[in-house]
Amino acid sequence: MNPLVTPSLGLLFWQVVTFLVVLFLLSKFAWKPIMKALREREDNIDAALSMAEKAKLEMQALKADNERLLTEARVERDRILKDASEAATNLVETARAKATEEGQRMIEQARISIVNEKKAALTEVKNLAATLSIDIAEKLIRRELQDEQAQRALVQSYLQDTHLS
Amino acid sequence: MKKILVFLLTVLTFSAQAAESTEEGKFSPGDMIMHHIGDDYVWEFAHGVTLPLPVILYGEKGLDIFSSSNFYNEHHELQPYNGYVNEHGHIYYANEEGHPRTTVNAKGEEEHVGPMDFSITKNVASMFISVFLLFLVFLTIAGAYKKNRGKAPRGIQSFFEPIIVFVRDDIAKTNIGPKYERFMPYLLTVFFFIWFNNLLGLIPGGANLTGNITVTLVLAVITLLITVFSGNKSYWGHIFNTPGVPWWLKWGIPIMPLVEVIGIFTKPFSLMVRLFANITAGHIIILSLFSLIFIFESMAIGPLSVAFATFMNFLELFVALLQAYIFTLLSAMYFGGAVEEHDHHDDMGFGDAPHAVKASH
Repeated sequence: MNPLVTPSLGLLFWQVVTFLVVLFLLSKFAWKPIMKALREREDNIDAALSMAEKAKLEMQALKADNERLLTEARVERDRILKDASEAATNLVETARAKATEEGQRMIEQARISIVNEKKAALTEVKNLAATLSIDIAEKLIRRELQDEQAQRALVQSYLQDTHLS
Repeated sequence: MKKILVFLLTVLTFSAQAAESTEEGKFSPGDMIMHHIGDDYVWEFAHGVTLPLPVILYGEKGLDIFSSSNFYNEHHELQPYNGYVNEHGHIYYANEEGHPRTTVNAKGEEEHVGPMDFSITKNVASMFISVFLLFLVFLTIAGAYKKNRGKAPRGIQSFFEPIIVFVRDDIAKTNIGPKYERFMPYLLTVFFFIWFNNLLGLIPGGANLTGNITVTLVLAVITLLITVFSGNKSYWGHIFNTPGVPWWLKWGIPIMPLVEVIGIFTKPFSLMVRLFANITAGHIIILSLFSLIFIFESMAIGPLSVAFATFMNFLELFVALLQAYIFTLLSAMYFGGAVEEHDHHDDMGFGDAPHAVKASH
């Protein structure tokens, strides 16, 4: 048989012995610690990644919560503003109505008092006129009794003196 | 099977056969190539620069250990020593004339007789170097993992970590499944053993260890043994009671069990031949390219030959990794087949597997 394909006993022996020794020693002192270290590191990375994912989710939840709170606050603010604006409008309306009413009332009062004053003044004028008329009449009557000419002049002067209002 | 292999090797060593007929003194590429890819008792780094290796023999005279330099006289010619003679790369008992002693075997053919040979040959020495490198590299890495625990890899550790992870994730996990862990030591060892030795073989003057049938045989047999011993019920069930096959092919004419049993052995056999042939072929091609210079006896052919050989060397660097990967991958696939739990896909999608129904009860 061709020497290339003829297994040789010596090499077979050394190969078996060496390979088994290598297999045993490398398994025990190299592959075992290496595989363990690799797995540990991968586990650590996995744990770190899942933790980051969890943190991210938490952050998202927190953010959503904040968003919700903010929205609520905004709605609340809008409501308060609307209420305040309504209240202010009401207040102004009421005040205006009240002022108008008061004005009206005061005008009315003024009118009434004017009318009254006028009435009073007219009454006084009437009374004064009556008194003056009576006085004039008295004096006239008295003068008539003396001189007609003089009486007329007198009436004239009296009339000139008297300024009827 | 043996015929195919012999044919394969006849083709491979065609140049060797042709060259043997040339007269003495002339350059014979076949001899040169066979000498380089074969095993030897000395390590020849360059012509005339040799390192004698220990010869260890066990036979008629008990255990004998001596340096292989004893087989060479001062003119680097072979000579018998201490009742042994080295001929065609084998050690035999020497007869009175200093030639190998012969006996007649059962078939009536003459046969050389020799002691059991446990010599530290070039291949064995090369293997020891590779083992030393393996220990050096991977014990250092293991230490690094202890030192920077939980931290990013550094230095040599960061070079090998992706490869280790690749073997684990893409070879073991995908082909074996959840039980991959117990096969990891073997897969990693065999991967790096083959790879390191492939690379050592590419160094000029290096040994052709992974292109040696004995080495690939041992690796393939270990894969076979691990496969067979980790085979579960469903694995053996598939071999002796293949589901989805008519009963008469199993019990009437036992073709299926026969085919399946042959299959157990053809798988590691293919592993053995593939690695051996790929690595040996690579060496032969590179050596043949260099031989061209001497065959044409021309300097002009030199640059061309070197260019091709350089290209081949780069290709071989790739093949070194590829063959380590393929051996490991196929081993993992065989282990995966042995430990796989077959549930309901035994019927090949026809829904007629009787034991699949039985299993669900």
